[in-house]
Amino acid sequence: MSTRTVLHEADIARALTRISHEILESNRGTDGLVLLGIPTRGVALARRIAALIADFSGVSIPVGALDVTMYRDDLHRNPTRAPQPTSIPAGGIDGKVVVLVDDVLFSGRSIRSALDALQDIGRPAAVRLATLVDRGHRELPIRPDFVGKNLPSASDERVNVRLAEVDGEESVTIEGAAS
Amino acid sequence: MRHLLDTKALSRADALEILDVAEDMADTQQREVKKLPTLRGKTVVNLFFEDSTRTRISFEAAAKRLSADVINFSAKGSSVSKGESLQDTAQTLQAIGADAVVIRHGASGAPRTLATSGWITAGVVNAGDGTHEHPTQALLDAFTIRKRRFGTGSRGQDLSGVKVTIVGDILHSRVARSNVWLLHTLGAEVTLVAPPTLVPQDVSAWPARILFDLDDAIAAKPDALMMLRIQLERMNAAYFPTEREYSRRWGLDARRFAVLGTGSMVMHPGPMNRGLEISTEAADSARSTVLDQVTNGVCVRMAVLYLLLAGVRDARHASNQREDAK
Repeated sequence: MSTRTVLHEADIARALTRISHEILESNRGTDGLVLLGIPTRGVALARRIAALIADFSGVSIPVGALDVTMYRDDLHRNPTRAPQPTSIPAGGIDGKVVVLVDDVLFSGRSIRSALDALQDIGRPAAVRLATLVDRGHRELPIRPDFVGKNLPSASDERVNVRLAEVDGEESVTIEGAAS
Repeated sequence: MRHLLDTKALSRADALEILDVAEDMADTQQREVKKLPTLRGKTVVNLFFEDSTRTRISFEAAAKRLSADVINFSAKGSSVSKGESLQDTAQTLQAIGADAVVIRHGASGAPRTLATSGWITAGVVNAGDGTHEHPTQALLDAFTIRKRRFGTGSRGQDLSGVKVTIVGDILHSRVARSNVWLLHTLGAEVTLVAPPTLVPQDVSAWPARILFDLDDAIAAKPDALMMLRIQLERMNAAYFPTEREYSRRWGLDARRFAVLGTGSMVMHPGPMNRGLEISTEAADSARSTVLDQVTNGVCVRMAVLYLLLAGVRDARHASNQREDAK
């Protein structure tokens, strides 16, 4: 089993900086922006992007967490997962531009679950998707708007994102299939 | 989790998991759309051999908020009143395709029989059996105490050092039994107060202190004072001379409520006998958690149904596998 590091600490920081600029550019400023991270690591990434946007624009935008566990379509195929907390910023999401933030975009099923979850919470004006790594192999017609790194991978490889807030270190590694 | 039959065998980790998932369920109940798609296509049967409105509608609401289909089966006017055995009833439910059976039964141990007999493959939730246990009531009580104490910081907390006093008919109360075990597992100090005639014969193995005088118990300023309902339907022997005397010595009247002080919450599993075990002053005060308990009951039962039904059957929970499906 081979493991290789594809993003180091500085690469992750650079990717998030670029994503933050792109979000500001496509939204023409911070008006109506709400960032929602998908637990666990998407929440940490959303907070970092919000901090960067505050640095660049001087405006602090609302950040929250959106757990999708109870909306997944594979619940009955896996051992029971414990849901994670959801926190929606006080202003809600009605009429806002919601940017979903996740660490790895793979099949797209988590994002489908997230869209269902959003629908139960309110009606955003638009929903965008930011991801640190896009590793391909989509199973649904979903594509990201903001990508840190496109990472071609085999579907049986594992992509591991480690972040200081959660794992105490910073890296993105790709692990070969167990052989 | 395969079944929920009692709190005596529930580990601290499993109990905390149920309470933490219940927190997430409570969050979803603040939303515009309260219904979750999580248990679509699952069937939950409420199998009630004893009358109960509150527990049944709480389970029904919980199952429906998770999009499960609910079938209510009450013994009155059913095949059971025609003499059907528990085995035949269970096998009928199996044939209908029940994924979970919520059972209330007058006989202690009926849920365990159902779960271990091999008659059904469904998960079994004990909704009160005889004088044995009522685990979801204890879980919702623990959830309520934790929520009042820690507020939004409740997740992951146990009840270490919390003083809980349970007052009333301990002898017949499955709520008291479930609470004694669960609260002890979570680290709380439990005191039971009852007339000597309403204490079970041998409680030496219970992790609880027994008192006979309510005023002594109140003087100790418990964090939570739980008044149990005097179940008049079970008062078939002379346990106490009159209701009035019971109320005078073991009821939470206005005077005792005032002595209790503002630091204690007043709990009651409902339905209340106002003026008997609890006064209106206590029941309707801001320190009363009676309605919180009802609200929290739905969330706790959602959590139990979720943990029982959402994953692969028989697979032990492993939340750290969540990364695999990304």
